[in-house]
This record gives sequence, structure tokens and C-alpha cells, in this order.
Amino acid sequence: MTQVLPLAEAIATHVADGACVALEGFTHLIPFAAGHELIRQGRRELHLVRMTPDLIYDQLIGAGAARKLTFSWGGNPGVGSLHRLRDSVENQWPRAIEIDEHSHAAMAAAYRAGAARLPFGMLRGYIGTDLPRHNQSIKSVRCPYSGEAIATVPAVNPDVTILHAQRADRRGNVAIDGIVGAVREAGLAAAKLLVTVEEIVDELPPAMNNVVLPHFTVTAVSRCPGGAWPSYAHGHYARDNDFYLRWDAIARDRARFTAWIDRHVRGTKDHGAFLASLRQAA
Amino acid sequence: MSEYSRDEMMTVAAARLLKDGQVCFVGIGLPSAACNLARLTHAPELVLIYESGTIGTRPTVLPLSIGDGELAETATCVIPLPDIFSDYLQAGRIDVGFLGAAQIDRFGNLNSTVIGPYDKPRTRLPGAGGATEIAAHAKQVFIVMKATPRSFVEKLDFQTSGGHFAGRARSGARGQGPAVIVTDVGILEPLPGSGEFALSVSYPGIPAEEARAGVGWPLASLPVIKTLAAPTASELRALRALESRTAAAHREPVRLPL
Repeated sequence: MTQVLPLAEAIATHVADGACVALEGFTHLIPFAAGHELIRQGRRELHLVRMTPDLIYDQLIGAGAARKLTFSWGGNPGVGSLHRLRDSVENQWPRAIEIDEHSHAAMAAAYRAGAARLPFGMLRGYIGTDLPRHNQSIKSVRCPYSGEAIATVPAVNPDVTILHAQRADRRGNVAIDGIVGAVREAGLAAAKLLVTVEEIVDELPPAMNNVVLPHFTVTAVSRCPGGAWPSYAHGHYARDNDFYLRWDAIARDRARFTAWIDRHVRGTKDHGAFLASLRQAA
Repeated sequence: MSEYSRDEMMTVAAARLLKDGQVCFVGIGLPSAACNLARLTHAPELVLIYESGTIGTRPTVLPLSIGDGELAETATCVIPLPDIFSDYLQAGRIDVGFLGAAQIDRFGNLNSTVIGPYDKPRTRLPGAGGATEIAAHAKQVFIVMKATPRSFVEKLDFQTSGGHFAGRARSGARGQGPAVIVTDVGILEPLPGSGEFALSVSYPGIPAEEARAGVGWPLASLPVIKTLAAPTASELRALRALESRTAAAHREPVRLPL
């Protein structure tokens, strides 16, 4: 039975210090509110998994919540660097971070394998690259039929995957429209799946080919309007590209970053108060 | 002929390389500008695929991220990201993949991972993303990069994606590798046999010496160097309109429905 919980309670109940956590959503539906709640509750030693760390992991890493990062592209899309990720890798600030680096195709294969509870993902990949020399988890198998070498990566099975979606019904079925990235695979790969949603409705519209995570795959649902901001929720609000541009200057400087996190994340009681504090600052 | 910048020349040069009807795997930035310019000018049936899962997208403004809503709303279909990489890219359905990077060597190998040693980098760059498998499996790769000796180097600090590296033919890569490097001072193409990139096309008013000065290896030339025509008025009009629509859209305030 899917629980319907306030976000703070869902995080407190299901995410422990040291857990392997994947907050997925490829540019669209990034669960920012849930990431902020991890910072607010002071989670430590997390193993963070995400194809594109984006601003949300820049914030978690800069806040000192992460011990390890599994990823495949760590930039601010269309803008430049993730300065907090860079500072942790280049200068070990605020702490050293272990890097488990892949390509997008490999991360997708690792999530697919995880969702199917297979031990590894396969791809025609890692050709002409130095990555396998630096990441010992990248290996290969021989095709038993043709003898061809195929690259492999271990399945990703997070302790908890957290997603944001447009809506769920009261039984916990979760419906997602628009760009879905690898959210379905990341959701099904996890031991527990938490989902924040824009709205909880009595009945979902017929799903047809849209992505639905059925209630028996969902551990808890939390209503959290605006929970993907500054990324977006298609049909509800657009991506705040201006904030992504402005994040560059905030994150570039340690003191300015910390003041931003202290004021807007640690200094607010929940996501509604976080959004209100930004409206005041604007 | 109207005035134009070197960036505009580079974008127009890249756009002209695309043939109508081709299926292109598009990255953010210059590649996205070039592909959409081509679509808005000579190649209306160009099929643009962004790795976020949008196929056949026809955005009216350039996306800031690879997954802006505009891309989904104007697409023929939106599919899960793992399908893009396995069923489209690895399956060999992409005609042209566009790539850029922080560093490139004479064989078109690319670095977008680190400057300095991997374990103790001076500069940590974003990393591979889709690039490694695009470089391997797109039938052709077009590289778009500004030429400076800092980025066109003798030796990469790290090889993220493969160009014409030794053993490519037996590596399992499905594609032919990089066909061109479009820079702001000319176009480079591989010499037959070695795969080393050499100057093949000049731009109006930019001498070959300037292209050589932008490249950190002794740049050879193809036997005949053609000169590309300057951007036409209609190309410039389409590109500038696209860029001004884009700049306005990216600064538009977002109101949350709360």
C-alpha cells in the first residue's frame, strides 16, 4: 500500500545517512524539493546517483551531504560548470568526493539492468575512450553466439529513488508526461521509490502510452506543488532558464553559495517557505 | 554583403553541411544553432534528435538545456532516454552526430572530461554525456569548435570520445568517425589514409595562416583549399532572428502556479 506522506516525513522515514539515493529526471521533473529536504534534515554520507547532477546535486555536494557520486554529465546545461561539484573534485571542498563516472548510454543500461534485477547492463559502448582505464567497474563480456566483445556496467540499484511527477491518484499510481529521461528505469531499480507530485487526484486520466508507475512500485507519494522548480513540470510551469543562468554566480563563490543554502534551504521549514523566501529576495 | 561575425560564419558553415532529410543527433550550443538554422533554411525535413528523447523536434527558440519543454512540445514523438541510446544511436539510425569539446587532437579525438590528471584534475569538465557513443556510432560526426592552440592540442589530457584513433576499424564502432571540424577560421577534413585533420576550406577574408595559428599541431592542407561563400542575407536573417527569439525566451520570468 503506497503511503501518502508529507515530504519531510517521507524523507525522515525512508532515507538514512549513508544511503545510495538517485534523484532522477532528465532536465524535466528534477525533484528539487526532495533534495532540499535532504539538506534541511542534514543527511550525510550519501551515495548520489544521477545521469546529470544538475543544480540539485551541486547544492547537495556543496552542502556536504555526499560521499560518492555516480554520474555521466556534470555541467550546468547551456551555462557551464557546476562549481560546487568542481570544487569538491578539484579542492576537496567541503569534503572529498568519490567519483564513479560513466557515459549516458552506460548509465541508461545500468538503470535498465537494475529495474530488471539483472546483474549488469550491456552496451555497444566505451569505444575509443580512456574512461574504462579509470573506472574499474567498466568491463566487458563475450557474446556467446558471435564472440563479439560487449561493454558492461554493474546494475544500479539505489536504496531509494526519488522522482517528481505531475500527478498521482490516492492509491499511489503515478503519471508522468513529457520528457521522461530514465525515470521509469531509475524508479523500478530502487528498493524504495518516493515520488513528489504537483497534485493528487481522485482518478488519473487514461494513461495510454504515457508513463505510469503503478502503485505497487511506489513506496510513498508526497504532494509538493512547484517541487521541480527551477527545473519544470510540463503542463504546470516552464523551466526557469533565468535561474539556471543566475546559479552560475551564486555557486561560483563558497561564501555566497553557503549563504544562499543557509537562507533559502536550511532557513526555511518546507518547500512552500523556500519558494516564498526566493520571491522575497527577488 | 552585410557584416557578419566569425561565430556567424562558423554556424552558417556547419549548417550548410547538413543535407535535407538527414537524421541528426544534436547537442546544446553551436550544434543546436547550426541544426536549427539548416532546418529553417535549406533543409526543412532535417530530423533533429536530442538525447532527452525528443525525435523530429522543431523548436521555435533554441533550448538552453537538452530537455527544455519546447523540444517536447514540437516533437514528432518523445521516447525514454534509454531507447534513444540503445535503439537509435547504438542501432545505427543516426546519420550525423554533432560534437564539441574542450580539447581536440589531430585525429579528431576529443576531451570533455578533465584538464590535468584524471585523479587530480586542474579543471574538472562536465564529462562524456552522450559524446562517447555518438562518436562511435553516428554514421558521420561533425565537430564544431573555435580554433585556439589551447583547445587544438598535440596531446589530449584525457580521451573522452574517439576520432580516427588507431584500431577504430576493428573497435566495434559502427560509424565512420569525424568527417569535418568546423572552426571559426576554416574547415578541417581528414587526410586520406592517416585520418589526420588538415585545412580544406577557408572563409572569406581569413588567410590560411590564421587557421594554422589557431591549431596547436603543424596543420597540413589538402591539395586544393576551397573558399566558402560568405553567409547570405537570408541565412543571417534567419540566424539572428533565431538567436534574438532565444535570448528573450531564456530571460522570461517563470511564474509558479501556487
